[in-house]
Amino acid sequence: MGLLDILLGRTKPVAPDLDQLFALPSAAVTLEAAAGFRATGRGAVCFATVEGGAFEQTHREVQALLDADAERTGPPVELTQDAYGYSWLVSRRTPDQLSALVNDLHAVNSAMEVNGFGPQLLCSLAGFEDDGGRRLALVYLYKRGSFFPFAPLAGDGQRRDSSLELQVKSMLGNDLRIEQDLSRWFPVWGAPGL
Amino acid sequence: MQSRFRSDRRLTVRMGLTLFLLGLLYVAFVAALIVLLKSWVLVVVLAGGLLVAQYWFSDRIALYAMHGRIVEREEYPELHGVIDRLCAVADMPKPVVAVSDIDMPNAFATGRNADHAVICVTTGLLRRLEPAELEGVLAHELSHVAHKDVAVITVASFLGVLAGLMVRFAFYSQIFRGRKDQNTLAVFAGIMGISAAVYAISFLLIRALSRYRELAADRAAALLTGKPSALASALTKVDGDIARIPTKDLRTAQAFNAFYFSPANGAEPGIARFFSTHPSLEQRLDQLGRISAELGEAAVPGIGKAD
Repeated sequence: MGLLDILLGRTKPVAPDLDQLFALPSAAVTLEAAAGFRATGRGAVCFATVEGGAFEQTHREVQALLDADAERTGPPVELTQDAYGYSWLVSRRTPDQLSALVNDLHAVNSAMEVNGFGPQLLCSLAGFEDDGGRRLALVYLYKRGSFFPFAPLAGDGQRRDSSLELQVKSMLGNDLRIEQDLSRWFPVWGAPGL
Repeated sequence: MQSRFRSDRRLTVRMGLTLFLLGLLYVAFVAALIVLLKSWVLVVVLAGGLLVAQYWFSDRIALYAMHGRIVEREEYPELHGVIDRLCAVADMPKPVVAVSDIDMPNAFATGRNADHAVICVTTGLLRRLEPAELEGVLAHELSHVAHKDVAVITVASFLGVLAGLMVRFAFYSQIFRGRKDQNTLAVFAGIMGISAAVYAISFLLIRALSRYRELAADRAAALLTGKPSALASALTKVDGDIARIPTKDLRTAQAFNAFYFSPANGAEPGIARFFSTHPSLEQRLDQLGRISAELGEAAVPGIGKAD
C-alpha cells in the first residue's frame, strides 16, 4: 500500500493467485508415497457470499458449467453455506480424478474472477485420507498463493493434529508453495469436502 | 484485474482537501513560530516525544483503558473464526483479539501497524449482533488497521497538541518570568492568539478527517465482506443502543471515540455535526445503500475495473 493510499484511506482489493493450484496433483503423488494419504476426490472452493443478483447469477452459471461436463459421473456439484456465511462449492470426483477436480476448482475461480468477484475468494481445499481413517485437507489461500495442511482429529471437540500438519509441511516443501507464516493456518472446521 | 471495487471520487477529493488544509496550517504555524520565538525546539521535542509514545503504545493504552482482555481461540472460537477468514480474504496479518466485558455494544481496533494491531469487541456487541452483522463490524475495524488510521490521526493531531502546548507555554512563561517590557508582551500575545486559532481550526479539521476515514472504513468493510446491508443493519442496532445509554456511564469512553465503531454520545443534531468524530447514521447508511446497489449490478466488462 502506497503513501497516497494511506493518506486517502483506500484499500486496494487483493488479487487472487490462481495458478499455484495446479501443483496439487504432483503433491498428491508425494503425499501418498511418503505418508500414505490418498486423495478422496472431494474438493471445494470457498468464497464470501456477496449480496445482490449479480453474484447469484455468477454462481448459478458456474454450477451449470461444472454440471455440463460430460465426463462427470458422480453426484453434481453442490453449493452450501457454512456458519460464517461463506459459500462452498463442492465437487465430488472419484479418487483417481484429482486433476479433473483441480480443473473444476479452477473453473470456479476463473468464473468468479471474470465476473469481478476475485477479491471475495477465500480458499479452496482438496481432501485426503489414509488407511487408518485420518483426514487431511490441503487448503489453498488465494490471496497468498500458498497452501497449508489442515488435519482435524477425530472425535468431539475442535482439535488439530499439529504434528501431522508440520510433517506434511516438511514433506511437501518441494512440491507446493507452503505458507510459512503459521499464524495464517486458520482452521476450517466442518468444511464441506473435507 | 477485474474487480467490483470502485473508488468513491467525492470521498477521495474531500479527504485530500482536508489533508491539504491541515498541511497548509502546519506550514503556516511553523513559519509563525520561527518568526516569533527562538526556543521552540524544546516544545516540539517534548510534544513529539509524547505523541510518539502514544502512537507506539496505542494498542496497550487502549486495551488498558477499555479493560480489554486478550482471548485465545478456545475461549471465543467463532470470533476468532470470523477474524481468520476476513484476514485471509484481505491478506493481512491477524491482529490480537480481545474482549471487553462491557455491555455497551462497541468495537475498536488500534495499533501502530498491521503487525501490532489489537481488535477488541465488547460482550454487549457479541450479544446483540447476528454473525453477518458482527462480520461487518469486524471488517470495519480491520479496515481501520489496513488504512493505518491510528498513524494518520496521530500525525494529524500533532499540530493540535503542539498548539495547545504553545498556549500554555506562552501563558506560564509570561506569569513567572515577570519581564514586563512591551516587546515581549506583544510577542507572547501574538503566540497565544495564533496558537489558539491554530488549535481551533486543526480541531475541526481533525474531526472532519476522522469522519471521512470512518466512511472509508465502512466502504472497505462492505466490499470486503460483500454484505453492505449487514453492516448497515449492525449500525442501526448499535446506534440505537448507544443513544439510549446515559452519558454518565460513558465518561471514560469519550477519549477513545476516534477509534470506535460508533461514537459513545447520543443524538447529534445541527452544528454538532462538525464536532463529531463519526459521520451521521444517515450518511453511513446512504453510502452502504449505494454500494449494495453497485454490487447487485450485472458485470459489464470495463466498468468494474479497479482504479
